[in-house]
Amino acid sequence: MTAASAGHLPADAPSPGVWSAAARRLRADRIGMACLGVVAVFLLLIAASASGLVAGGWQREVAVPSAPPGFAGPRPVQAPGALQAPAGPRADLSDVDPLAPRYGEWDARAAQFRAVEIQRLQTLPLGADRMGRDVLSKAVKGTEVSVFVGLMAALLATAIGTLLGALAGFFGGRLGDALEWLYNVFTSIPGILLIFAFAAVFGRGIGTVVLILGLTGWTGVYRLLRAEFMKHAVRDYVRAAQAIGASAASRMFRHILPNVSHVVLVQLSILTVGFIKAEVILSYLGLGVPVDQVSWGTMLAEAQSELLLGHWWQLTTATLFMAVFVTAFSLLTDALRDALDPKLRGLE
Amino acid sequence: MHCATRSTRSCGGWNERRAAGPGGAVSALLSVQDLQVAFRIGRDERVQAVRGVGFDIAAHRSVALVGESGSGKSVTAMAVVDLLPDNAERRGRILWQGRDLLQAAPAERRALRGRDIACVFQDPMSSLNPVLSVGTQLSEPLRTHLGLTRRQALARAEALLAEVGLPEPRRRLAAYPHQLSGGQQQRVMIAMALACEPKLLIADEPTTALDVTIQRQILELLAELKARHRMSLLFISHDLGLVGEIADEVVVMRHGQVREQGPVAQVFAAPRDAYTRALLACRPTLDGALPARLPVIDGPAAPAAAAPAKDPEAPVVLEVRGLAKSFWRREGLFGRHEFKALQGLSFRLRRGHTLGVVGESGSGKTTMGLTLLRLHEPSGGEVLFDGRDLLRLDERERQAMRRRLQIVFQNPYASLNPRFTVGQALLEPMAIHGIGAGRAERELRARALLQRVGLGPEAFGKYPHEFSGGQRQRVAIARCLTLQPEVLVLDEAVSALDVSVQAQVLNLLRDLQDELGLAYVFISHDLGAVRFVSDEVVVMKDGVAVEQAATGQLLAAPRAEYTRRLLAAVPRGVHAAPAG
Repeated sequence: MTAASAGHLPADAPSPGVWSAAARRLRADRIGMACLGVVAVFLLLIAASASGLVAGGWQREVAVPSAPPGFAGPRPVQAPGALQAPAGPRADLSDVDPLAPRYGEWDARAAQFRAVEIQRLQTLPLGADRMGRDVLSKAVKGTEVSVFVGLMAALLATAIGTLLGALAGFFGGRLGDALEWLYNVFTSIPGILLIFAFAAVFGRGIGTVVLILGLTGWTGVYRLLRAEFMKHAVRDYVRAAQAIGASAASRMFRHILPNVSHVVLVQLSILTVGFIKAEVILSYLGLGVPVDQVSWGTMLAEAQSELLLGHWWQLTTATLFMAVFVTAFSLLTDALRDALDPKLRGLE
Repeated sequence: MHCATRSTRSCGGWNERRAAGPGGAVSALLSVQDLQVAFRIGRDERVQAVRGVGFDIAAHRSVALVGESGSGKSVTAMAVVDLLPDNAERRGRILWQGRDLLQAAPAERRALRGRDIACVFQDPMSSLNPVLSVGTQLSEPLRTHLGLTRRQALARAEALLAEVGLPEPRRRLAAYPHQLSGGQQQRVMIAMALACEPKLLIADEPTTALDVTIQRQILELLAELKARHRMSLLFISHDLGLVGEIADEVVVMRHGQVREQGPVAQVFAAPRDAYTRALLACRPTLDGALPARLPVIDGPAAPAAAAPAKDPEAPVVLEVRGLAKSFWRREGLFGRHEFKALQGLSFRLRRGHTLGVVGESGSGKTTMGLTLLRLHEPSGGEVLFDGRDLLRLDERERQAMRRRLQIVFQNPYASLNPRFTVGQALLEPMAIHGIGAGRAERELRARALLQRVGLGPEAFGKYPHEFSGGQRQRVAIARCLTLQPEVLVLDEAVSALDVSVQAQVLNLLRDLQDELGLAYVFISHDLGAVRFVSDEVVVMKDGVAVEQAATGQLLAAPRAEYTRRLLAAVPRGVHAAPAG
């Protein structure tokens, strides 16, 4: 709307800002918009799942164990096998059975309770796991956990990396040296070992996974942001800000940060994708989300043993959910980068 | 020496060719006819960069394309050698010895480029591959185009380097680009262009990135090579003074069209086109009368009044004593090497006066500006502002002093934060220093200042990328003025601007000085501009002031040898040469 009405705005009206210009460029990018749609659907799904609207009962065992997906049809009923009930009248053992007098009493007590035999479904739209839980519900609930973990960990890592990178790049000197040292220590330890160490200290849980991934994943962001801040700190516009008396914090975060925001955003989304995959690996190794919760990672871990029995649907569903989200998110990131990069501006 | 003989001889050549009648165009080495270049942007959008340009280059002649940025001069030249980006569309005719290059097969055009037509570009540093030695880069075209062996190619490369005047050419073959100075790099580029004995050399702003004394050397080299190799030269420049010295014929371009073309002496002495006239007039020169205001293109005619005399006894606002700045470079494990960027600089600046600071790159003039504002920590000396030493103030007092001393940077594209609107950029300094009560009053002041520097009210909400270079520089000046400073350091503030825009900004600076009594420290490499604005000039070399005198005195009777060299190197167009 702003773009359309820009022609006859009053002369004094502010021109479309950097952000709305970026939004306009994003809107022109068809693949970017399609990916934005996919990501939005996923986010809605996550919101619905978090508020309990969908997939609230993912733990209920609604189908027969490992029920196949609906389109594959129910599993053929297996022959009962060689053990057949013996024929002939049953022997009366009440004379020798010491418990025989109490059977009547127990039967009467049992009659007070009513056992409802759940009608277990033979098939589900996307099948069931080995406990008969709906794979679709699990995947939706797993999306919530996985994306939450990925996003929160990426936010944490980006925040740490940006802050330290800004300090190191802007001030340099002793502070820069100290941060470089910290960075070198972190990168010199093999990543998976570091993760194991953190996991051993913090114990198990979603919060721990976020913390682990955030605390180990900031190094890449730090390196990039440090370089950007070093570059920008001596630019004329920052010098000009210094000349008018802007404080160091103002120069760092009011002047430079918006100009390198495209780097931060791209790193954020790359990390999100990476952390979703890392969570899968962590859960697969048993260091991830606790057993009473589900994520794409735990689904894949379960699927390993199921696959031996030919139960492929849980693996397929989790992989499909993850692949679609991760691909859409990465492509959206690319589109965002193109839309936000100030270097690409000026062509319009 | 070269120039004089060349210009008389070549002027004769022009007349002969014209006398030959319309058939003369056929004999031209290169003939561009009704060339149109458009760039596709977006799906159905096109930007027309060149609109029907035509000119001829005869054999052994120099033709100059002159124009301001956006005039299409570089695009025209690149269209000839087929070096335009993929989204360009060319129409018209480019005849090379009678053959239309636009119809030629790509292989044929490629063979022509580098063999018969060679190019030298503006920035030698980015045109040379930093990871290959000079010898490797020079011998490569020799081996591909001429089929020489490696040994032969290196021998030829050495001869070429000797020809372009590089000392110790054999040793230079093994050197990498970063080990050479800017002028030497440009010599290597020229040697590379000469490698296959081209018939036409296209030089696209070849000296713009170089210092004025180096520029002089390169110009002389080009003229000499052109005479020796009997080449033609297509010289592209924005600098009219330069063009007057090197070219036989001039093509003046604006907005993708040819405004005027003809022999250089004629165009300079009696320009027929209004734009050419204005372009010639708006350039501050080293000789001639000094006007109060420079004439402006598309503007009202400037009154020819001389500048009002300044009060020589005005109070001193800024006094600098023995200012020094050193940079330390680490060497080895513990060693440190001192580089003295600035030493022992002293001057006094009176209210309403301007101090010009002149020097070539690396002379320490920018370091001086940054050190004055304490954007660099000085290593020694005193900066007295109203009798108080700026360098010994504590943080709070310094912040207050900062208001009174402001700086405008060279590149208006880099000195404004691209994420701030002009309004935000102007409000920020006032908010920091608590000028004006509340946002409304500040906004009022900001709008008034924008109007004062010649920008409309709509500028307030716009972003820097929506403005041209000259407008951005006005915004930068307005931002400084928000703090009501007393001294303004102008660090090459007009150097990045086109001459016509430069004239407008210089006029603005002069008006502001008269009105607000500002004192300027005007740092520039352009002696013409310095002459126009300055009352006193400091000439710097290697961090030391080699000469310091009143402007008129310094220009009329320079005492230092370096100043004389600097003045001699400034291109003066055909004014200096005998008009043919």
